[in-house]
Amino acid sequence: MSTNWSLAKRMEKVIDLLSPLVLPLVIIAIWGAATKFGNIEKVILPEPLQVVETFVSLVRSGALLDHLLASFVRIMKGFALGTLAGVSVGIISGFSRRVGRLLNPTIAFIRTIPIYAWIPMLILWFGIGESSKVIAITMGVFFPVHLSTEEGIRNIDVKYIEVAKILRLGRLFVLRKAVVPAALPFIITGIRLGLARAWMVVVVAELIAATSGLGYLISDGRQLFQPDVMVVGMMTIGIAGVAMDALIGRIERRALKWRVRFEGYREASL
Amino acid sequence: MSRSKLQIRNLHKSYASGTGEVVALKEVNLDVKRGEFLSIIGTSGCGKTTLIRLIAGLSNHYQGSIRLNGRSIVGPDLDRGMVFQEHRLFPWLTVEENIALALNGKRSADKGALVREHLDLVGLLGFEKAYPHQLSGGMAQRVAIARALINRPEVLLLDEPLGALDALTRMNMQQELASLWEKEAITMILVTHDIEEALFLSDRIAIMSSRPGTIRKVIDVPLLRPRHRASHNFVTLKEEVMKEFHIEAAETPQDSYEI
Repeated sequence: MSTNWSLAKRMEKVIDLLSPLVLPLVIIAIWGAATKFGNIEKVILPEPLQVVETFVSLVRSGALLDHLLASFVRIMKGFALGTLAGVSVGIISGFSRRVGRLLNPTIAFIRTIPIYAWIPMLILWFGIGESSKVIAITMGVFFPVHLSTEEGIRNIDVKYIEVAKILRLGRLFVLRKAVVPAALPFIITGIRLGLARAWMVVVVAELIAATSGLGYLISDGRQLFQPDVMVVGMMTIGIAGVAMDALIGRIERRALKWRVRFEGYREASL
Repeated sequence: MSRSKLQIRNLHKSYASGTGEVVALKEVNLDVKRGEFLSIIGTSGCGKTTLIRLIAGLSNHYQGSIRLNGRSIVGPDLDRGMVFQEHRLFPWLTVEENIALALNGKRSADKGALVREHLDLVGLLGFEKAYPHQLSGGMAQRVAIARALINRPEVLLLDEPLGALDALTRMNMQQELASLWEKEAITMILVTHDIEEALFLSDRIAIMSSRPGTIRKVIDVPLLRPRHRASHNFVTLKEEVMKEFHIEAAETPQDSYEI
């Protein structure tokens, strides 16, 4: 009986591990079938196998790694700056009502303008080099991080603030021991959104003006009628993005081990 | 009146609601003696929580006077500890961190020893590293009591601290509170709607009536300690208090058994 039971448990683990792969495999199958049996030109949609070959050759030549690294460095610079600024300004404007009143209307106004609309302006001011791209990414990261940090700070249960008052805890101490930990789930969600935004902005910036990076690779592929190169570029962005998000997810789980989290129901039925 | 620890005179508190001004407390007068255990009982909405929050200093908008050791209360301070109905432990801190939190500022070298001493006091040694979500309701409330006591307050304010616990745990905790009170010799003020709890713990019981909230009557509880809930005097006194709330007991005090 017990071996049966552990077998069932192991099966469940395998299913749990494999289930994220189901959808990609289905999509690749449909894609393969469409290119094989459908009447689709290869310059419109390449075959999956063609993409794999291009991927291998781009890896071999080192070009893919170079482009990935170029994008990655830009993202890390902008992501670090944007997160730092977003978290610090968010904490201050969330903790102090007056600073919030001073900054938030302006921040909300700028936030509604798509970052992509800023890129031509930033190129005008900072040239087509690295700095305009890094600044665009920084801005793209700043707004979601700031918004969710501030929301998190304001979201703390007043009951804890009352405890802090009863215990006569200093404000900075309360910020450190209560407000920021309470806001941490929000802050981390903001950072994840910021990271996704960083990838979007870097690709757009590289599409507009660059000589390296995955966005440039895609745009180059389009100009040379190489849709396989475009697909490789897109997929590399997706994989790199997911990997970085998973890394943050790990950090999140470690930092929030005090929390009992709803992991979703096991069964699919309602 | 110099013998009284806490002195409340002509306390009046009202607040604005959507439809106008609501009087929460009106002409409340109360004296709490040094080392006394006093309970405030009343139905929900009678203003008893408002009263204890004013004593705690969580609101400054009131008329009249609240004096502790002769000084007006202007805000929270460490001479008053408080335990709320919910444990209000910080979920991201462990049990020992939650208690040590109360020692903020004090750079005492034996912080750890002090924390352990208070954990021992509430019978939770060994749970230092647990997070609040790993504790039962009763255990969490014990930690909250330890947190409130570690600064050695002169008055411990208890705002229905056992209200959310199951009946058995509650009786257990009432015993713990009684022995804590005897051991620590702290003045305690308990807000509750549980008549038996008030009788089990208190030297005196202040009965509140609502709309507007005021203290209708203060009764003495001249029962010896430790108290027994089933004793004749206890039951008689309980019926007396129940009558104050228009709850009539069955016709005769002796229960009739169906055989």
